[in-house]
Amino acid sequence: MAKYNLNINGVKRSVELDPTTPILWVLRDHLNMPGTKFGCGIAQCGACTIHLNGMAIRSCQLPVSAVGNQEITTIEGLSENGDHPVQEAWIEHDVAQCGYCQTGQIMTAAALLKNNPKPSDEDIQATMSGNICRCGTYLRIKEAIKTAAAK
Amino acid sequence: MEKVTNKYDRRSFLKSSALAGGGLMLSFSFLTGFKRSDGSSDASGLNEGWKELVGYIQISSDNVIKLICPNPEFGQNVMTSLPMILAEELDVNWEDVLVEMGPHDNVKLGPQFTGGSNSVRMYWRPLRNAGASARQMLIKAAAQTWGVAASEIKTNQGILSHGSGKEANYGEMAALAAKLPVPKDVKNKDVQNFSIVGNSKKNVEGLKVVTGKPLFGMDYRVEGMKIAMIQHPPAFGMKLKSFDASQTLKMSGIQEVFSFKLYEDDFEQGGFDTRTFNELIAIVGNSTWEVMNARKKLKVQWEAAGELKQTINGRGGKTEMIIPGRLETTANQYEMMAEQAKKPARQLRKDGDPETAFKNAAQILERTYNAPFLAHNCMEPMNFFAHVEADKALVAGPIQAPGWMEPTLSKLLNLPPEKIEIQMTRMGGGFGRRAYAQYAYEAALISQKVKAPVKLIYTREDDMTYGIYRPMYTATYRAALDENKNLIGFHVKGGGIPESPIHENRFPAGAIDNYLAESFEIPSNITIGAFRAPRSNFNAAAEQSFLDELAEMMGKDPIEMRLELLDRASKNPVGERNDYDPKRYAGVLQLLKEKANWKGPKEGNVSRGVAAYFCHNSYAGHVVDMINKDGEPYVEKVTSAVDCGVVVNPDAAANMVQGAVVDGIGNAFYGGLRHQNGVSEQSNFDKYRMIRHHEAPQNIDVHFVKSEVDPTGLGEPPFPPVFAAVANALYQNTGRRHYNQPFMTEPSSI
Repeated sequence: MAKYNLNINGVKRSVELDPTTPILWVLRDHLNMPGTKFGCGIAQCGACTIHLNGMAIRSCQLPVSAVGNQEITTIEGLSENGDHPVQEAWIEHDVAQCGYCQTGQIMTAAALLKNNPKPSDEDIQATMSGNICRCGTYLRIKEAIKTAAAK
Repeated sequence: MEKVTNKYDRRSFLKSSALAGGGLMLSFSFLTGFKRSDGSSDASGLNEGWKELVGYIQISSDNVIKLICPNPEFGQNVMTSLPMILAEELDVNWEDVLVEMGPHDNVKLGPQFTGGSNSVRMYWRPLRNAGASARQMLIKAAAQTWGVAASEIKTNQGILSHGSGKEANYGEMAALAAKLPVPKDVKNKDVQNFSIVGNSKKNVEGLKVVTGKPLFGMDYRVEGMKIAMIQHPPAFGMKLKSFDASQTLKMSGIQEVFSFKLYEDDFEQGGFDTRTFNELIAIVGNSTWEVMNARKKLKVQWEAAGELKQTINGRGGKTEMIIPGRLETTANQYEMMAEQAKKPARQLRKDGDPETAFKNAAQILERTYNAPFLAHNCMEPMNFFAHVEADKALVAGPIQAPGWMEPTLSKLLNLPPEKIEIQMTRMGGGFGRRAYAQYAYEAALISQKVKAPVKLIYTREDDMTYGIYRPMYTATYRAALDENKNLIGFHVKGGGIPESPIHENRFPAGAIDNYLAESFEIPSNITIGAFRAPRSNFNAAAEQSFLDELAEMMGKDPIEMRLELLDRASKNPVGERNDYDPKRYAGVLQLLKEKANWKGPKEGNVSRGVAAYFCHNSYAGHVVDMINKDGEPYVEKVTSAVDCGVVVNPDAAANMVQGAVVDGIGNAFYGGLRHQNGVSEQSNFDKYRMIRHHEAPQNIDVHFVKSEVDPTGLGEPPFPPVFAAVANALYQNTGRRHYNQPFMTEPSSI
């Protein structure tokens, strides 16, 4: 057990737990922030995607001990009211079917657009191929990213 | 056009109770036996024995209109599309309504079953009647209040009005309307006058989804809740011998470790109480990570389970099953199927004299198709919350058929059903998997043992290796041609581990004079369950690939060849029972031909494959356009045509068809679960290949046949024909026919 002060969505959060605990479970179990999803636990599906210093990473592979004072952004902190351009585009295209993977998809897409505001189709495919959508909404995800990029 | 009149049965009743604000709560119970909107009473897919249907509307005195969705949502959009049907007949502004997921209450809310592409078709009439009845009661309440004739009162988007200038909103009349009897007759709107149904409405939970609100079972949480995991045997055919939890119990946050039987040996299972492993180890602790780590410290001895006898009391009545004890390996499974296929099989249908037709044939085409087990791989792994106390229980989580799980839970917990509350969360996918509630039973038994609220979580590995897969299938198709290349005989013999895929009364049955369908099963300890369009997902793949090859042999265009057969089935059908409507089937092919601008299977460097199929009372077809990308076959574009009757929410319906296309391409190319001595060779997405963003088509163009027919299924029908359309395009692309799924890694062991 060790104590950590985390910087999550601009707020300092203190937790005391096993240093190997992945941020995914810190968020879900200890901080009651369930928007970041558990899908595979081995960084293969992208459901647990968050931003670490603005970069999209898989939180199931990030132990709490490795975070230090780096900035973590989760889906809960992406916008106040769901009005981030990517979230709005997701609603405009009615992307979701079951919806479980979509917060991870949105976090990956938001980081992509931050670093590459006008991505090509190839850029979108290359970046988004780490996020599985079992319902098969990839086409709408692509369209929503293009809509968000145009804003 | 004259309105349709629907009569409630005499035994129908209205339950009304005042809301806190003096409002109206309407709930209708139809104790008249169940018939689906498409008129079929045949239980297709997953359903069994519906008896009651109800619609559910609440209106508060301050005019808040709340519509209750009866059916669990797993991505098929029912939380939006079912309330749309209510709102249409109630005549309210869609933007003004609140939608809520209903509680589990089969008396008030009907079967509440998500599966078999049933939601819209089974609730279509009841929800229309419920909405229309509520509207009529509000009109009557206004007529009494104003002292005018009900026939003089109009409604418009939640406002009642009379020619004298009197006007009121629904909320003002709700309290009085609640005291009125349910009308004996209701008039439904004319389909042509619909203003909500048939117009795309956004997912009512869209904002919650994109902001990460706790919608799913995985997100369910109560104060003081414990986390539980199970350890199941590492192989099908193994069972627990003994275990040592001493190291596990030393780990931080661990409360208890124990073994438990899910079902006692002589437990009489319901049809969906699939029993994969009899005895499990439960690990209960404070947090997910602690329990995951502690589980790794378990020292467990497993042993061969041997042959098992099970009693299953499903919809087909009570059956005794002997489950073999062997540890299965994929190569042997294919061998077993091939061996069994050589032996005499059960005849399902015979028209004319197929033996003579094949004896007299000038040419015979014979091909065998195989497909592997598939894991459902819902993105949200199985999980359930349970809080079982001495005299009551609350369970909550992702479940497709709460009504089926209740009686089993009642027996397992020894609590009467009315003391068990089931809450349905949004499901992170289902695809049939969550009709089998063993994970909920496990959660409840663990909670009962530890006397605390518990959430059971499966890891991806637990989920993928627990069984309840799409079965392994094989089918051999034979066609007999005379010297003029006329099709004179057709024979299909299909089987699987552990069930057969064959639907003997579907196309091309009915279109060929001499027809034979046969079936066989090979029992196994690898458990199976419904998987998006059960059986159809294989039959369509095999049959529609075979017809493509047959059309080529006959020198015909694959669409024209199908249309000729359908014309025969329409004008002069063979046999006593053909499940499909050849005209609607042909209609989908015609629409597909037009929208895909079909001229043949090759267009420059684009290889085109076509397939269409009937299931869940709907018709769906695709034209797949394939090119090579980075040296690999790639489906660039798909054109889809679907006839599912009235389309309630067109954009969401298109989304589902697009999803089915991607799902179909993914499973046809990559899907498959293999076994080595009973052990699943894949247990996570590093080895089980799922279709990813760059492998999905650039464009999926969806077209619906314009129809006023009551809705038929949609979640499943577009899925099965994708496999064959892909196989047929692959042939044009590579010059080689593909008979064994998954196509990209066609198994060498067959």
